[in-house]
Amino acid sequence: MKVPFSYIIRSLWTRKLTTILTLSGISLVTFVFAAVLMLAYGIEQTLIETGSENNLIILRKGSDAELMSQIDRNTTNIIKTQPEVMISADGKPFASTELHIIISLTKKQTETMANISVRGTTAEGMLLRPQVKLVEGRMFRFGTSEIIIGSNVAKRFEGCEIGSQLKFGGGFWTIVGIINSGGTGFDSEVWADVEQLAPAFGRPVFSSMIVRLKSDADFRALKTKIESDRRTNFLEVIRERDYYKRQSEFMAAFIRILGTTVTIIFSFGAVIGAMITMYAAVANRTVEIGTMRALGFQRRSILTAFLLESMFIALVGAAVGIAASSLLQFFMISTINFGSFSELEFGFKISPGVIFSTFIFALFMGITGGFLPAARAARLNIVNALRAT
Amino acid sequence: MHILKLVIKNMLRHRLRSMLTIFGIAVAVMAFGLMRTIVTAWNSGVAASAANRLITVHSVSFIFPLPLSYSERIAQIPGIQKVSYANWFQGIYIDRNQFFARMAVDPETIWDVYPEYIVSEAEKDAMKHVRNGCILGRKIAEQYKLKVGDLMTLEGDIYPGRWEMQVVGIYKGKDQNIDETQMFFNWKYLDEEVKVRQPGREGYVGWYIVQIDDPNNRTTIASAIDNLFANSPAETKTQTEKEFQQSFVSMSGAILTAINVVSFVIIAIILLVLTNTMVMTARERVREYAVLRTLGFTTFHIAGLIGGEAMFIACLGGGIGLAITFPIIIGVEKSIPSGWFPIFKLETITIILAVSTAIIAGITASAFPVVHAVRTKIVDGLRQIV
Repeated sequence: MKVPFSYIIRSLWTRKLTTILTLSGISLVTFVFAAVLMLAYGIEQTLIETGSENNLIILRKGSDAELMSQIDRNTTNIIKTQPEVMISADGKPFASTELHIIISLTKKQTETMANISVRGTTAEGMLLRPQVKLVEGRMFRFGTSEIIIGSNVAKRFEGCEIGSQLKFGGGFWTIVGIINSGGTGFDSEVWADVEQLAPAFGRPVFSSMIVRLKSDADFRALKTKIESDRRTNFLEVIRERDYYKRQSEFMAAFIRILGTTVTIIFSFGAVIGAMITMYAAVANRTVEIGTMRALGFQRRSILTAFLLESMFIALVGAAVGIAASSLLQFFMISTINFGSFSELEFGFKISPGVIFSTFIFALFMGITGGFLPAARAARLNIVNALRAT
Repeated sequence: MHILKLVIKNMLRHRLRSMLTIFGIAVAVMAFGLMRTIVTAWNSGVAASAANRLITVHSVSFIFPLPLSYSERIAQIPGIQKVSYANWFQGIYIDRNQFFARMAVDPETIWDVYPEYIVSEAEKDAMKHVRNGCILGRKIAEQYKLKVGDLMTLEGDIYPGRWEMQVVGIYKGKDQNIDETQMFFNWKYLDEEVKVRQPGREGYVGWYIVQIDDPNNRTTIASAIDNLFANSPAETKTQTEKEFQQSFVSMSGAILTAINVVSFVIIAIILLVLTNTMVMTARERVREYAVLRTLGFTTFHIAGLIGGEAMFIACLGGGIGLAITFPIIIGVEKSIPSGWFPIFKLETITIILAVSTAIIAGITASAFPVVHAVRTKIVDGLRQIV
């Protein structure tokens, strides 16, 4: 015979304050747990989405990021003429020579300096990234010192409006447009004409090359060819998506490890809270339990009832925690991306996986906290329990 | 005295519950200590910076190098004692996860501007004369079991190629707060190699370290340096060492804020656990409190009973938590690579904060039940069936 579910709810309702306190403990822990997972997921999404599925990036071997990579002009010409490279409508190869440098700008909020990525790109570079859209102003004209800035840069940094000028690389650069790429890493960058940017910084070489292939099946062939050719074997060909994924790995792992260690320590607190509550519930209801047993409820049913009670608290707590943490999606966080050594803005992102893990975590807390007290309730001797005051 | 006895007796009535609560508080206090230590470790570079050192970097970003020729021009500014320079080398040692600072430095001046690194004269001399000689921090030498005479092979990333360094010395910090996790090697070795491997990159330094006579002149000297190179292709930005270090810390500010917030969430959890226990305890004893009040004990006594018990539990939990924090922090320090957090130790302020947190938690947690117990009329209390 099973104990009715309404009995479980009512017993929780009787001890409102204790129930609420335990519930808050669990929802706090699940909130932090969910927030950590959302942050790690957010950073991964932001960076992975930055790369396009069918773009390739070519870097110098051994360099983790564009910042350290170098490719000279002659080598880029060799790559541009590879037959596997897609040709655009006007007969040019779909390949962009890019330069990545960092400058420091002042943040509006804190008045501190932070690093910003500046990307020198080409007309092909714009075509290779169709997700990047102008939201304000216009595109820079090639051959001039005009720049376009990511929407996050415009929002967070001082002096970043259309028409104003930024000083770097020995000259002034006029902002003519603001771009948005739907929350990817490009929103935290400044873009300029690579042929203007390179001489301004006295750079004779490019950082990387972005290439699109005629057919994705040629990837392996091109990779082997470039990496074995005597003229280009100092390079490495990777898919753009994999490149950005690699950048996100360190940060995401760092957040996950630190965050989960902390939440596990926290969960001790919540489990203990649940345990205390459940032990008290058992102690207060000794007579009640005795009566139920006398009425014919089995030990197993009593155990289940108490376990369900603590699981119920945990699940409601988790729901509250997740609801609160999903509000975090409205906040953006900016931190340093160790891959590019510059600011990257990203948000908390919720996913079914995050919700699922949080509920499992809460259930685990509910079961660990509830099991021992439930076992005590189930083991109570009927006669003694009835006699208790 | 009798009250105290009653408090202890009360606490022992529900041994399991009290024990669980104490354990919960202990874990939370430990977590709090750990979080705060991570925050202080993060800021350790800022804390260790000297007031009489300025750092000159490229005005656009520190990734751009400055010409070596600046050194002599900076040295001519009055009020400057010594000018030294360094390049960030990085490279990969063993694998990508072995992180510690690896820099090319000027062996002639580096020990003058950083007097807190203790190195013997013989070792200083060796670094000048052995072309690929390097000096390691004590912690790094211990972690990788390196001793004088050993070779270290690095795979360059900023400076491509393979680099072989020979350990010629090990430096120690003047005190506990000095970073002992860095590797310094002769700048000339880097420069000569770069000349061959990547012609055109030689003759550049990453940043200048400027030692000044009087810290009060730091702003005038800093702007004197920057004015010297204004409107040149490589303009400079000079900051105090503290500001320079701060700029690195603030870049990862969001993470730091998160850890800070979390350490206060821990306090909230301590509070919840303790309040819960106290609320339950007080509810079970409503009748008892009514009896006590009939006997003539004042509300003050009742508050003392509840508050005293909360306090007792909180302090016990806090004490145990603090006691386990020390070995835990030592354990964590041993298990993370020493390059991550050069300094990782429990600060006195953290201990004070942790203890006061426990005490405040004790007071706050008893507020709810005290108010309830005092408000309950004696008659109602006596009538209550638990």
